[in-house]
Amino acid sequence: MTAAPAIELRGISKAFGPVQANRAIDLVVPRGTIHGIIGENGAGKSTLMSILYGFYRPDAGQILIDGKPVAIADSQAAIRAGIGMVFQHFKLVPNFTVLENVVLGAEDGRFLRRSLARARGELKRLAAEYGLQVDPDALVEDLSVGHQQRVEILKALYRRADILILDEPTGVLTPAEADHLFRILRSLRDEGKTIILITHKLREIMQITENVSVMRRGEMVASVRTAGTGPAELAELMVGRKVLLRVEKPLARPGAPVLEVQGLRMVDAEGVERLRGIDLAIRAGEILGIAGVAGNGQTQLLEILGGYPPAGATLSGEIRLGGRPLPLAGSQGRARRRAGIGHVPEDRQAEGLIMDFTAWENMAFGYQDAPQFQRGPLMDNAALRADAMGKIARFDIRPPDPDLAAKSFSGGNQQKIVVAREVERDPDLLLVGQPTRGVDIGAIEFIHKRIVALRDAGRAVLLVSVELDEIMALADRILVMFDGRIMGERLPAEATAAELGSLMAGVEPARADAGGIAG
Amino acid sequence: MERMPKWADVILTPLISLVLAFALSALLILAIGESPAEALKVVVQGALGSSYGWGFTLYYATNFIFTGLAVAVAYHAGLFNIGGEGQAAMGGLGVALVVLALPWPHWALALPAAAVGAALMGALWALVPAWLQARRGSHVVITTIMFNFIAAALLNYVLVNLLRPVGSMDPASASFPAATHLPKLSEMALALGVEWGRNTPANISFFVAVAACLLVWLLIWHTRRGYEIRAFGKSATAVRYAGISALRITVLAMLVSGALAGLMAVNNVMGEAERLVLNAVEGAGFIGIAVALMGRNHPLGVLLAALLFGFLYQGGGELALWTSIPRELIVVIQALVILFTGALDNMVRMPLERLFMALRRKGA
Repeated sequence: MTAAPAIELRGISKAFGPVQANRAIDLVVPRGTIHGIIGENGAGKSTLMSILYGFYRPDAGQILIDGKPVAIADSQAAIRAGIGMVFQHFKLVPNFTVLENVVLGAEDGRFLRRSLARARGELKRLAAEYGLQVDPDALVEDLSVGHQQRVEILKALYRRADILILDEPTGVLTPAEADHLFRILRSLRDEGKTIILITHKLREIMQITENVSVMRRGEMVASVRTAGTGPAELAELMVGRKVLLRVEKPLARPGAPVLEVQGLRMVDAEGVERLRGIDLAIRAGEILGIAGVAGNGQTQLLEILGGYPPAGATLSGEIRLGGRPLPLAGSQGRARRRAGIGHVPEDRQAEGLIMDFTAWENMAFGYQDAPQFQRGPLMDNAALRADAMGKIARFDIRPPDPDLAAKSFSGGNQQKIVVAREVERDPDLLLVGQPTRGVDIGAIEFIHKRIVALRDAGRAVLLVSVELDEIMALADRILVMFDGRIMGERLPAEATAAELGSLMAGVEPARADAGGIAG
Repeated sequence: MERMPKWADVILTPLISLVLAFALSALLILAIGESPAEALKVVVQGALGSSYGWGFTLYYATNFIFTGLAVAVAYHAGLFNIGGEGQAAMGGLGVALVVLALPWPHWALALPAAAVGAALMGALWALVPAWLQARRGSHVVITTIMFNFIAAALLNYVLVNLLRPVGSMDPASASFPAATHLPKLSEMALALGVEWGRNTPANISFFVAVAACLLVWLLIWHTRRGYEIRAFGKSATAVRYAGISALRITVLAMLVSGALAGLMAVNNVMGEAERLVLNAVEGAGFIGIAVALMGRNHPLGVLLAALLFGFLYQGGGELALWTSIPRELIVVIQALVILFTGALDNMVRMPLERLFMALRRKGA
């Protein structure tokens, strides 16, 4: 048996109550390849990987590792079978060092000294072999997200994993970090490791995988060689219908300026200048896109405009809405909403939603003091529910159950709850941060359409996204942010990805290349 | 999807916990050579077997409703108020000051005024910890505990040096005038022609407590402030985004919590003792924590749990009186109930959830 596949799944099925999460899944992953698994949220990818990692037992089916049938009862058994998993949300102890995290759960004996010494040597070897450099003595909480992810990979490799499963590994990474991750994955593959990459980013699949399997509604609908397919075909397989990768939108008809920002500076509590003089204006009926690598001040800009600057920050500059200056300091969220600013925040789980609240409670979050939701001294819960039912219908939120907690919805439907709430207030200015992060393609299309519709109704939209494709597709004008500054302004029709990329990297292209766009 | 039906969550789980706690208590009673069946009989008989027993059970339950609600309201804001003891003690001071300050013509006038005094003093005692938490990050668990001790010391001083009638040897306030004595439930029953609970301390405050349950329910689930309190308790980051002030919610929740704990004094000080004595609260502030835990921080649950603890308190007293089971064992039994219904809740809940999931799978 020369070429037994590293993993073979035969007829794996798994049901949760009435929901068939996986139905007769077959999957073959040859040794030494990178295999993509792609599908919308709720397609069953995570369930399948949880079965492989021993979190769930399949109702039916067989798992073969290297051609031999195995029973994976728990994650310890999975580790023994040579399977390592890197979760989307890392399982690290923040106040332990890298070394301690790697050793945790794999100690050699009663005393740590020997384990730590052995791990130190092993980490050095792995770092040299795969480009996985991390300071072994750094505290995990001090590391960037990209480095924390490396620690997760190191943990798996230290446990002698031959098969590495990565669940949405680039969701939290900057483009540069993602590129580095891909280099690491390639070198792991070249050393004979087998890698399964779960994602819903088509570009990543095209970029790095040899084979790709597409899941839809619990079934494996296709397994193909990546070289023999394209993003459009994959997208179609995922959603089972044609998807508009480009957004259809009429020409913008910009009106009077809605938001004007002048000389906005922000120094955070640690004394770091996060915004170094931002000037921008958004007119009615246009979408201003802010492109940039995450962590260049976009988050802070959104928070300040949304009325909740980071604690301890010092602000200066001017923000005017419809010509009237807005106060900068303090908690202004309530006043901003009343002034007509809606905000779809970057992090829907930590900010946009109360995960334990029901859908109907979340549909009023931030607007709980709106007059139409009050009845004398009490809140009109019936009105809230009726309002929510309407939004659920209009935004096709599934399942259409207003009493379900927000945490029970998929990522795409959670985002629809936030977007429905903010868009239907018909704000003069809508702030949108990463509207489609971790959202499936069907919902992406829907959310994009709603944003465009708002702009066509003569509202101003500020769109912040690290997805360049999204900015290019939606924005009427593009500003690029780097290190707390606006590096330049481009029109999407005239800008190239390469040009925007160099602006995002902080390089001002020669004026001749800029195509004569006046500043 | 819910893991199990709501009735199993709110009724079955605490019930099983309770049975487990009683089973272990029975073993303990066996171990010291007494009969569990006999003990159970004495407890049930003593607490519920007569209107006399009920009169005491309801009196204790009234105390626990107030302190349980106090813990529950703070819990919804993500705050753990374990200062109910001190807040209730200060509530007692509020009652005494109001009742002794003016010549009240009738209890119906004195009651609302004393309630306001009790609530204000309780709220005041929660205000400083709340402010310290919101502004300085001093943990409210630590500060409210400290304030329990400060309240005890302050009351000691006030009773000995200020409120003690001249010539009295007793560190207690003067007795409240007869006009301010609250009607006992027994008297109210008698007015309706029913002989019920003679010589028991249960009084009209019980209805104040039930009304407080209703008001807390309205506040938490049917007002904008309640919505904001719950939102703050669930996600401090989201609340920032929504423009809800953490300081305001923390202070508001603690003020309401402290006021509820303070209101307990209407029952024990005004309704029962009819004067302010040292250590009037007798641990009811701490039992409120267990009551809130067991009652799932819901007013109806708090009401039921308070009745249970009132029953245990009264029945336990009878047990010490009529059997040779030592008083300390009753405390142990109460502790077991707290342990099983509160701290070990998941021990029952998780197997039960698995059971219901399995049942559902079979049914599907």
